[in-house]
Amino acid sequence: MFQYTIRRLISTIPVLFGISLMLFFLLRALPGDPAQVIAGELATQQEVELIRQQLGLDEPVYVQYAKFLGRLVRFDLGISVRTQYPVIQEIAPRLLNTLILAVAATLLACLLGIPAGIVAAVKPYTTMDMVVTALALFGMSMPAFWLGLMLIIIFSVKLKLLPVGGSGGFVYLILPAVTLAASLVAVVARNTRSAMMEVLAQDYITTARSKGVREKMVILRHGLKNSFIPVITVIGLQFGTMLGGTVLTETVFAWPGLGRLLISSILARDYPVIQGAILIFALLFVLTNIVVDVLYAYFDPKVRYD
Amino acid sequence: MIDDKAAIASTRKGNSREFSHLRTGISKFLRNKAACFGGVLIFIFIISSLLAPVLFSKDPNAQDIRHALEPPSLKQPLGTDELGRSILARIIFGGRISLAISLSSVALALLIGVPFGLVSGYFGGKIDFIIQRFTDVMLSFPPFLLALALVSVLGVGLKNTIISVGIAGLPHTIRITRGCVLSIREQVYVEAARAVGTRDRIILFRHILPNVMVPIIVNATLFFGMAIIFAAGLGFLGVGVQPPNPEWGTMLGSGRSLLFAAPHVATFPGIAIFLAVLGFNLLGDGLRDALDPRLGYE
Repeated sequence: MFQYTIRRLISTIPVLFGISLMLFFLLRALPGDPAQVIAGELATQQEVELIRQQLGLDEPVYVQYAKFLGRLVRFDLGISVRTQYPVIQEIAPRLLNTLILAVAATLLACLLGIPAGIVAAVKPYTTMDMVVTALALFGMSMPAFWLGLMLIIIFSVKLKLLPVGGSGGFVYLILPAVTLAASLVAVVARNTRSAMMEVLAQDYITTARSKGVREKMVILRHGLKNSFIPVITVIGLQFGTMLGGTVLTETVFAWPGLGRLLISSILARDYPVIQGAILIFALLFVLTNIVVDVLYAYFDPKVRYD
Repeated sequence: MIDDKAAIASTRKGNSREFSHLRTGISKFLRNKAACFGGVLIFIFIISSLLAPVLFSKDPNAQDIRHALEPPSLKQPLGTDELGRSILARIIFGGRISLAISLSSVALALLIGVPFGLVSGYFGGKIDFIIQRFTDVMLSFPPFLLALALVSVLGVGLKNTIISVGIAGLPHTIRITRGCVLSIREQVYVEAARAVGTRDRIILFRHILPNVMVPIIVNATLFFGMAIIFAAGLGFLGVGVQPPNPEWGTMLGSGRSLLFAAPHVATFPGIAIFLAVLGFNLLGDGLRDALDPRLGYE
């Protein structure tokens, strides 16, 4: 198990290299002088010159890339053009907020999606099942940012129950978490339903029933336990996709997270921060995938570690 | 001579079986009410987009400040926006933009992704390794963020939205194509073609491509919905299609500041996005159930 985790971690090294290469060329693909781009339009000639020296832009590309990697390893992501603070200082508090939002949404999605999927699978092709299936399809087709706006209209503008946006406590988390969770609930419900239906058709379920095990136990103990693996996989994979969705949700609710920092940096052409934020998002995504793989191996003894 | 006849007969038989596959597929699709509903939604979406200039003679961007922020009424079924423009007209004209973006970005993803997937799956070896590592890196970004990262380099606007959304869909297209090729590469008819000395190019395009088309088309249909949401998301954030163009996401973005004064401005473009995406998702699900041979025919 431990060895598998180590091997899985090692296997991501080429991917990490690829990500660093992409980020390296992100700035170089921009039209114009990279030093000028990084320093910002308002920078003085001196500042531009300083950055040129720091990046070693006069040196060959591979030397530049090596230096870039060296800084990445030390988490030196440069200086924000807008605030003049180190990028890592800008990112750290925002990252925490984004993680709070994403974890809250994931929990919510599990709490709603898994029971909904079970109900649909236990009584397939009934009205209940069709309602769950239809709602799941709606959830997957709905643009989250629009759902967020509609929730604001209902709960903040009309009913005046919840704040329009911002941060400061649990009440501020509710609407953004619901918005971000919507499509995940749908995916979790759909996958729980299909995994559960597959398991419930197995022989050991029939055996359990014929032994006289109560239906509730059959479903929860024998059924749910065995359908967890595909559900966990999907939740893990969707967690990464959801990270992309935080950009929109955070913008709708003015939630001070990494996604909002990214979009305001794109609009302000603050490239060091853009680079840093995208790097962190990609690292989170890669990390989630590793966690999913390891969990998968842990839960499913049939998965071989080689 | 007899062999020829037998061959022709078997070809005919093959053809008729192919047609019957198609026919079962179509009848299966038509029996699926949800899929048909999706088809109807997309049909309405395409027709209204095509007929937009006929339905509304007025320029959807023309301002009429005296009638700003009117709620829905008989004259203005969906109300007017902050510049007095008809929201209905703008949504229908916006459909043209969404349709153009989704068509072009799906085409882009297919034109680049399918050949790469074919080559990667068919030849294997070094070239497969290189293409797959490249795909791995692209897949290590959440898809919407990949599109955002590209926009941050390319800049805003219609063309760059198409490129960014198309490239965001590229890694999945490569993976799906490659996966299908891998399962077909070892089939007897491919081996036979190789044994008689058919060139790789011919095998790829004549023998393999037609057999991987169905899953690719099904996934492309589902990608349509995603492309619409992505493009609208970029527009909403202000880095997609720029105002005054009536792009749905851009319209939502400008309606965001009017939630208190005029909630209808942000409501209707979102419903349009929802219905179009729902249509493509239902259609894609239906097509998969009806056509994908891996799922088996009833």
